[in-house]
Amino acid sequence: MHQEYTVIEGDFVNAGKASSSVKKTLKQLNVSPQIVKRVVVALYEAEVNAIAHAYGGTVSVDIEADKITMVVADKGPGIPDIALAMQEGYSTARPEVRDMGFGAGMGLPNMQKNVDKLNVTSEVGVGTTVEMEVNFA
Amino acid sequence: MKVKELVEKLNLKVLSGESGLDREIEGCYVSDLLSDVMGNAEMGNVWVTLQTHKNVMAIASLKELACVILVKNQQAAEDTLEQSNEEGIPFLSTTMQTFETAGKIYELLK
Ligand SMILES: Nc1ncnc2c1ncn2[C@@H]1O[C@H](COP(=O)(O)OP(=O)(O)OP(=O)(O)O)[C@@H](O)[C@H]1O
Ligand SMILES: [Mg+2]
Repeated sequence: MHQEYTVIEGDFVNAGKASSSVKKTLKQLNVSPQIVKRVVVALYEAEVNAIAHAYGGTVSVDIEADKITMVVADKGPGIPDIALAMQEGYSTARPEVRDMGFGAGMGLPNMQKNVDKLNVTSEVGVGTTVEMEVNFA
Repeated sequence: MKVKELVEKLNLKVLSGESGLDREIEGCYVSDLLSDVMGNAEMGNVWVTLQTHKNVMAIASLKELACVILVKNQQAAEDTLEQSNEEGIPFLSTTMQTFETAGKIYELLK
C-alpha cells in the first residue's frame, strides 16, 4: 500500500497530519500498538523537520506485509554535517520555532531510537532525504 | 484515576474535550519541549505544559495522552480546542505554575 503527503514550509498547524493518517492505517491493519507507537514518533519528527528546517517536501509511505518504509524528502538548505545533526541537543532551530517548544535537538535521535533502519542523505543548498524502515515482527 | 477526578481535586478549568473526562490517567509528563514529550511521554499520561499551540494537540493525539494541563492560566488557541473537542482529549487549565501543579499531581498519583 502506498500513500503520499505534502508538507509545507512553516505549516506547523498541519504538522503530524501524515503521521496521524499512517497511524490510523496501521491500526486498521492490526499492526501491534508497540510498533505503531514507534512509527508515529519517527514519522512525526521527520515531518516537523521538513516544516521547520526546510522549505517543505513530500512524505511517501509504503506498507508491506512485514514492514513500513517512510521517505521524507524536502527541498531545503540541507544538512552540512549529518553526524553532528544526529547528536542529541544539537539544533539550529530559529528563535520563533524554539519558542513553540521545538529545537531540543531530539528529533533525529528520536527517529534513530524508534526505527530499524535510518538513512539520512543531504546536499547543501538542495535538500534532505530521510528514509526509515520499521519491521512489523 | 480518571481525568474528571483530577479536575475536581486540583480545581482545574475544563477548556475543551469534555467527552474525554472519563479517560484513565496513568502517570504524568512535564515538559515544554515537544520532541522530549514525543520521545518520552507514555500513553495515558497527563501532560503539564505552558505551550498552547496546535502541535500540543497533535502530540497529545498521536501519543494517546489522557489530557493536557496548561499552567499559569494559559488559554489554548481556538484550533487547538476544536481538535481537542473532536478527539475527546481534554485541555485543562490551572492558575498554578508548573512546580505546584506537578507536585500536586505527584502526590495524587504516587
Ligand atoms: N530536513 C532538514 N533540513 C535541514 N536541516 C535539518 C533537517 N533536519 C534536521 N536538520 C538539522 O539537524 C538539526 C537537528 O535536528 P533534530 O530534529 O534532531 O532537532 P531539532 O529539529 O533542531 O529540534 P527538535 O526536533 O528537538 O524539535 C536541526 O536543528 C537542523 O540543523
Ligand atoms: Mg526536529
